[in-house]
Amino acid sequence: MGAVTDSVKGFGVTFSHLFRKVVTTDYPFEQPKTAPRYHGRHILNRHPDGLEKCIGCELCAWACPADAIYVQGGDNTDEQRFSPGERYASVYQINYARCIFCGLCIEACPTRSLTMSNEYELARDNRRDLIFTKEQLLAPLLPGMEHPPHPMRLGDSEKDYYVGALTNPGTSAGAERAPWSQQHTADGSGSAGELS
Amino acid sequence: MADVVKAGSNGVETVTLTIDGVEVTAPKGALLIRVAEQLGIEIPRFCDHPLLAPAGACRQCLVEVEGQRKPVASCTQTVADGMVVKTQLTSPVAKKAQAGIMELLLINHPLDCPMCDKGGECPLQNQAMSTGRTDTRFHDHKREYPKPVAISTQVLLDRERCVLCQRCTRFSDEIAGDRFIDLMDRSAAEQIGVYRDDAFSGDHPRSAIDEPGYEQETAEPGDEPFNSYFSGNTVQICPVGALTGTQYRFRARPFDLVSSPSVCEHCSAGCAQRTDHRRGKVMRRLAGDDPAVNEEWNCDKGRWGFRYATASDRITNPMVRREDGELHEASWSEALEMAAEGLRNARDGAYGVGVLTGGRLTVEDAYAYAKFARVALRTNDIDFRARPLSNEEADFLGSTVVGGTDVTYADVDAASAAVVVGLEPEEECPILFLRLRKAYRKGGFAVTAVAPFLSRGFTKLDAALVEAVPGGEADLLRDDPRVAETLRAPGALLIVGERLATVPGGLSAAAELAARTGAKLAWVPRRAGDRGAVDAGCLPNLLPGGRPVIEATARAELAGIWDLEAGIIPSRPGRSTDQMVADAAVGRLGALVVAGVDPADLADPRLAEQALDNVGFLVSLEVRRSAVSRRADVVFPVAPVVEKAGSFVDWEGRLRTFDRVLTTTAMTDARVLDAIAAQLGVALGTGDVNAVRRELGGLPATRADRIEPPRVSGIGAARPGDGEAVLATWHHLIDLSRLLEGDEYLAGTARVPVVRLGKVLAERLGVAEGDPVTVGTERGALTLPAAITELPDGVVWVPTNSPGATVRRTLGVTAGAVVKVSAGAPAGPILASGGSR
Ligand code: SF4
Ligand code: SF4
Ligand code: SF4
Ligand code: SF4
Ligand code: FES
Repeated sequence: MGAVTDSVKGFGVTFSHLFRKVVTTDYPFEQPKTAPRYHGRHILNRHPDGLEKCIGCELCAWACPADAIYVQGGDNTDEQRFSPGERYASVYQINYARCIFCGLCIEACPTRSLTMSNEYELARDNRRDLIFTKEQLLAPLLPGMEHPPHPMRLGDSEKDYYVGALTNPGTSAGAERAPWSQQHTADGSGSAGELS
Repeated sequence: MADVVKAGSNGVETVTLTIDGVEVTAPKGALLIRVAEQLGIEIPRFCDHPLLAPAGACRQCLVEVEGQRKPVASCTQTVADGMVVKTQLTSPVAKKAQAGIMELLLINHPLDCPMCDKGGECPLQNQAMSTGRTDTRFHDHKREYPKPVAISTQVLLDRERCVLCQRCTRFSDEIAGDRFIDLMDRSAAEQIGVYRDDAFSGDHPRSAIDEPGYEQETAEPGDEPFNSYFSGNTVQICPVGALTGTQYRFRARPFDLVSSPSVCEHCSAGCAQRTDHRRGKVMRRLAGDDPAVNEEWNCDKGRWGFRYATASDRITNPMVRREDGELHEASWSEALEMAAEGLRNARDGAYGVGVLTGGRLTVEDAYAYAKFARVALRTNDIDFRARPLSNEEADFLGSTVVGGTDVTYADVDAASAAVVVGLEPEEECPILFLRLRKAYRKGGFAVTAVAPFLSRGFTKLDAALVEAVPGGEADLLRDDPRVAETLRAPGALLIVGERLATVPGGLSAAAELAARTGAKLAWVPRRAGDRGAVDAGCLPNLLPGGRPVIEATARAELAGIWDLEAGIIPSRPGRSTDQMVADAAVGRLGALVVAGVDPADLADPRLAEQALDNVGFLVSLEVRRSAVSRRADVVFPVAPVVEKAGSFVDWEGRLRTFDRVLTTTAMTDARVLDAIAAQLGVALGTGDVNAVRRELGGLPATRADRIEPPRVSGIGAARPGDGEAVLATWHHLIDLSRLLEGDEYLAGTARVPVVRLGKVLAERLGVAEGDPVTVGTERGALTLPAAITELPDGVVWVPTNSPGATVRRTLGVTAGAVVKVSAGAPAGPILASGGSR
């Protein structure tokens, strides 16, 4: 007797679930929305003319508690200019096997070059691919931007860029989602992070 | 009560004062800032530097002294009895004064830290945090200058970062004696600038300043680039990032770098260094702090000459010459087998094997070669001298130099007089030059140069000149009353360079003169490994530990230590470098084992190359592809200095031991020799550097007699005929040396090669300053602009190995030879092509 009521009770639980709200998401066909300030993949932003904001100062690397960032500075010359001013990052890498997404690096960045997107699809099947290179991290070129190296278009000195930056801040548009999923990265070659 | 000095100890007068409530006894005349330092009280400072004279330029070190109306600068204030001092730790007045100075300094300081190389190791950053305000009250435009100004190819100046502490100018003026930079303008526009110096502003190439991208606001005709051999020190002591080195600019941050103590491999000064590296690559080198040797200085060559080790022609795998006559990469076992077979055949053949080790080896490696030659090759044909030499020199080294540590840097400090012969201290041993200059500036020290003219270095020492025609030095040492008189003074030094070996009788006369006058004698070679090679026995007449080859006792001692049967170490002195080269050139040498030797450095490069071509079998142990490795039958890669542990022996005889900086798979020479010896059935025991050190350290002092000092009589200087002159020559510090290849910024500050000739000769030839003059021999000729110098009549001087002046290669002669001199460039094809190798 007791066994019958118990099994009815059990089916009752099952049936009642049929009418509850579904928690399963249709990922990856439907992307869940993150909180607006979710700490995702980093972006290296550009000035409105396409020059890189990063000056290779390594302050992000210095701030990083996980030692995830590797930067090597380089000299801009008039023939080969990547950023306004004298210095740029000739090598820039973030190792997502190490990064804990704390965001200290973006707080340290003096040029607002480094920001974080909401992109969370960072799983890879090997460690190598978890090291994102500068090409992967750089924001894509928006219309009106020019691929560096090129001369400063927005002024005579870096000062014009930095003063102007107050009124022209956001150039990371389009980079919030993984750029390689829609379009090719700056160098066009299938970079290490490309999923095929 | 704290005693900074024991009261009354060794006659030092002392005073007692109070700093921050602590009573302290200090030597009279000490600076307040130093005494506080010794108490552990750190007063912020910028201009103060313990090795520079007090300047009181920055005012950051203000402290309150009771009874004084205003705060005083502790770096210029000497301590006095009963003084009551309060630093920022206890006095609000001092604290406020320091904060005020800091605020003023920052008014015009750019917010540049992210771009600035000094960021992370910057005294201004640190002291702004410790003494400054948290925010600024100055919101106007800051002073701006175009930046950076290249004050030489290797030093860049960002004037807006400068805090006008004058450390750089004081260093250049006081220590190096090169007043190329100075404070210019006044008030808020005061800035450091390149000196406008008419005395030295010839037609110097100003490549960096002309380089695009560097705006040089002040570059004008007459501006003298900061071409001092010691300019790197100003970069190191600049308390902000106003002076930066071109080579290191933007390369790294202090927190990226692993700093390893090291020793400079360039000259025999033996500078302590700090090598900063990141991810297995050397980023920069700094002068180490060793008060007994280089104090806190080094030269630019040591600081910036390190790219050779990462050149693209580094040898990474062994190579062997196969049937097709070409070198092919091979496995270690194949190369070792082949080397052993070739060496065994040659050793057992008629002419034997010779070993040329060069002057670049560590003592450990030199010892391995010395032992390898004696034990595995059973020969005394081993010589480290890769330059013009004489048998007299070998005897001199064996009798007077080996094992000696009589003269040290401290003796130079304390000396009353020095006679310098066959040596250009500034060019050939820069730190010795700085010591001589320090002694000279202290006073009571006189330098006498036995040289053809007073070079710039000697002028900076205010040296007296005993004019010598090259070749005539021996006679001067023997007979000149001024020289003997100077050396009779107590504490006098006779400093001879390796170049004296080219003067017959020169070293004999020097040894005899030192003995006669009681002066201490120092032999200063040019390369870092030279002195160690003497002590390790890389000479045909000397076994390790200064044991003469000809002494049976000496050989028996070594045979005992090395566990050899009697008779394996040959009893006859071997062949010198020159003899081996001459024999090999005509096919009378079975094989050669060559370490880092550049044939272009030998007395006759052409003959040396012929020798390398004609020798029966050639084994080369090299870091990079070279004129030797190209001709070799077997090539082994060996580690450059950064990739191995070892020791150099500096000119004083002081052991300068260093550890491996970069960990790679490269092997030391000693380890490769150990492997070759194993193939020959000999256990050399030099595979591990510590084993070699133990063995070397365990070598007992010999009981055998020393070699007799040489008694070669001089033959006097050559007498040039019409249209001829006697050649004087020495190396510039920055020249075509293989260890400086790849360092273009450094090369930009090399001295400009010129032909120096006397007024009389110039008039006779009808040339004026800057006109081309050709110096030639049968072999070739080189043409350089004339520099009219006070030279004895019939003497011309050219640099030994500078661009356009490769004396040995082009002319085939060395100092003391008679050369033809003519005005203008030679007709027909240009014979001298500088720098070809
Ligand atoms: S988010 Fe944090 S852990 Fe990741 S790179 Fe930035 S600082 Fe490093
Ligand atoms: S991202 Fe920002 S903090 Fe990092 S190196 Fe570039 S400019 Fe500096
Ligand atoms: S350049 Fe540097 S060392 Fe020279 S005065 Fe300026 S801050 Fe001082
Ligand atoms: S003085 Fe000699 S040892 Fe010192 S840094 Fe210069 S080259 Fe090296
Ligand atoms: S440190 Fe005393 S005035 Fe500069």
